[in-house]
Amino acid sequence: MRLLTHNMLASNVRGATTGYPLTLEATKWCTKEVELNADFIRGLLPKIDWRALVDATRALGLPELLPEEQPPEEEIFAEGAADVEGSAIRRIHHALLEVHVQEGSLVCPDTSRCFPINKGIPNMMLHEDEV
Amino acid sequence: MKLKQLEGLLGGLTQFPNPKVELEQYPTGPHIASRMLYTAENSFDDITGKVVADFGCGCGTLAVGSALLEAEHVLGIDIDPQSLELAQENAADLELDIDLVWSDIKNLNLKVSQSIPQHLLLNRKQFSAGVHVDTVVMNPPFGTRRNGADMEFLSMGLKVASQAVYSLHKTSTREHIKKMALRGCNARSAEVLCELRYGLPQTYKFHKKKEVDIAVDLWRFVPKAQQ
Repeated sequence: MRLLTHNMLASNVRGATTGYPLTLEATKWCTKEVELNADFIRGLLPKIDWRALVDATRALGLPELLPEEQPPEEEIFAEGAADVEGSAIRRIHHALLEVHVQEGSLVCPDTSRCFPINKGIPNMMLHEDEV
Repeated sequence: MKLKQLEGLLGGLTQFPNPKVELEQYPTGPHIASRMLYTAENSFDDITGKVVADFGCGCGTLAVGSALLEAEHVLGIDIDPQSLELAQENAADLELDIDLVWSDIKNLNLKVSQSIPQHLLLNRKQFSAGVHVDTVVMNPPFGTRRNGADMEFLSMGLKVASQAVYSLHKTSTREHIKKMALRGCNARSAEVLCELRYGLPQTYKFHKKKEVDIAVDLWRFVPKAQQ
């Protein structure tokens, strides 16, 4: 599970109000490089819940990866930024698409119901009495 | 990637070894899957560089096909954990990365658009914010074993997608699907792109013939007010 998926996933358990964002707990994760697509990031960024993304990177023990506040778009999409090591767009790309959580869990913020992640697949199944 | 090449790669995927009848698990054949995705990309630009979700992904044929056509992020969702493991292996065999979520489609809670009226939400808890998913592709259960299963998929697809939903439904249900999509599921348009033959091999014991061809429609649904 990548953090882009975490950013769109919410809990639907009975008793949850929004069920979002799910608190990430990761015991095992890895990174895999993928090519950066600036146009894709540009289209996606307005839909991203920045707070949830930052919290997810902190949960992985990466406090330096993203700043508290989203940098201005002029800075993120400045010409040539994608080619600069450590630039905002490279960090955002890395956080959203290159980090894979393999083992851990997602915890509903409203009910504390825990959804385990095994072999990279979050188990969002609900029991009958939880629907 | 050429159509034939896509079809060839999808033809090499491992399919359900023990299909579950209650889930209407029928493989999405490489012929039909490749045409569905190829049309979505070449006629409508709905796959390459997009966030694509495969509802009821099974062994991941449509999810893997979307990744082969260079969707930026692919999310496969299924209720059957064994299928998800197969989908993961199928993707890994082709050195593709797809994200998978184990969930019942009707209980899925992905962020949906604020523009959807409250009464259309299946479940009022559904979180309202930006829509992450551009395109939903699916070969849903036709609802022959559990009535209404196809509509649950379509209704959720139209809530989650910002661009389009591609789906297969029996040609015999065409009028019903159209009515339901436009009146009940928040679709702005519902169009049959083509009619395909779905070759069903003898999958379950209750199948009397070796193979039957059923006519299915390839649909493109556009959600309302999210353009």
